[in-house]
Amino acid sequence: MSSIGRTLGRDVLRDIAVTCLAVLFIGLSYGATAVASGFPLWVPAAQSVLVLAGASEFLFIGIVAAGGNPIAAALAGLLVNARHLPYGLALPDITGPDITGPEVTGRGWRRIVGTHVMNDESVVFALAQDDLPGKRAAYWACGLGVLICWPGGAVLGALIGSAVHDTGAFGLDAMFPAVILALIIPDLRERMTLRAALAGAAIALAAAPFLPAGLPVLLALAAILPLLRQRPSGVTAEAGATAEADGKSGEQSVGAR
Amino acid sequence: MKDTTLVVAGMATLAAGTYAFRLSGQLLRARISFPPRAAKLLEAAAVILLAALVAITALTEGHGFSGFARPAGVLVGGVLAWRKAPFLVVVIAAAATAALLRLAGVR
Repeated sequence: MSSIGRTLGRDVLRDIAVTCLAVLFIGLSYGATAVASGFPLWVPAAQSVLVLAGASEFLFIGIVAAGGNPIAAALAGLLVNARHLPYGLALPDITGPDITGPEVTGRGWRRIVGTHVMNDESVVFALAQDDLPGKRAAYWACGLGVLICWPGGAVLGALIGSAVHDTGAFGLDAMFPAVILALIIPDLRERMTLRAALAGAAIALAAAPFLPAGLPVLLALAAILPLLRQRPSGVTAEAGATAEADGKSGEQSVGAR
Repeated sequence: MKDTTLVVAGMATLAAGTYAFRLSGQLLRARISFPPRAAKLLEAAAVILLAALVAITALTEGHGFSGFARPAGVLVGGVLAWRKAPFLVVVIAAAATAALLRLAGVR
């Protein structure tokens, strides 16, 4: 842990702590919602540890509480969680083809735990760091923090129940999108990425009224297509040129800010 | 809760399937060696996914509109983050804006 602190510095650690605190608050509302919907405490408790992906858990609880089949609810949740596959693809192995393997999560038991703690927050913090040690440290710090705060919040919320049921009154529902948005903003300062991200958001919003939860976000990936057709140096105005000139530093220039 | 066995089966399905998603992307990445440009595109893909997630969680509830308070809060947070305000300020401003708007009767 101390090496994580040395690698990241206080600013990033503080941001991760704030994010984990926000996750804890959302966990409170999740646990409270679950017991208010008639589930015993162990359901949100087990879900929060074993699934560790908030949106899909809310959806599962909601569908089953409304009388839906739990297997169908699980499949709907899996649709929401399918974005973790492209997340895994995006996590870097910037040392190149000589060392294969998921460089961010590691190997052996580290791989097993590191895979489980992959979520929106840990991925976005990893992407926001410039180099591999930074990415790895941010991923683990945020991943483990969420692993503690999400179930902790869920159990606490289930215990105190209706007191925190109305999260809207505190604006807690605005926290998650604000956290993710703040963390991708450095990427959005690149014009091409901004354009693609806006297009993706528009696609998802247009599809949301008609498609089951999860699909609209996946459909947003279509916004990558214009980037595929760009000439290599045109992917990003300045970083793309650096990547062409020096393949090894190409990945780093993506995260540079 | 009606049928505990079925609920447990559903929970196990969701947990196992989610883990499989988390693992398979990494394994694919380890099998294939990507040129720098492809790696950049994959990172752009993750940013697009996250941006879409922001839009969906900020603006929708179920299949409908979330109301004005939440997206207004997220917008305030986004503008502050664009102007490089501290992260804590961004998160609290987003929640406070949504909460105050609701207090004022905006839904």
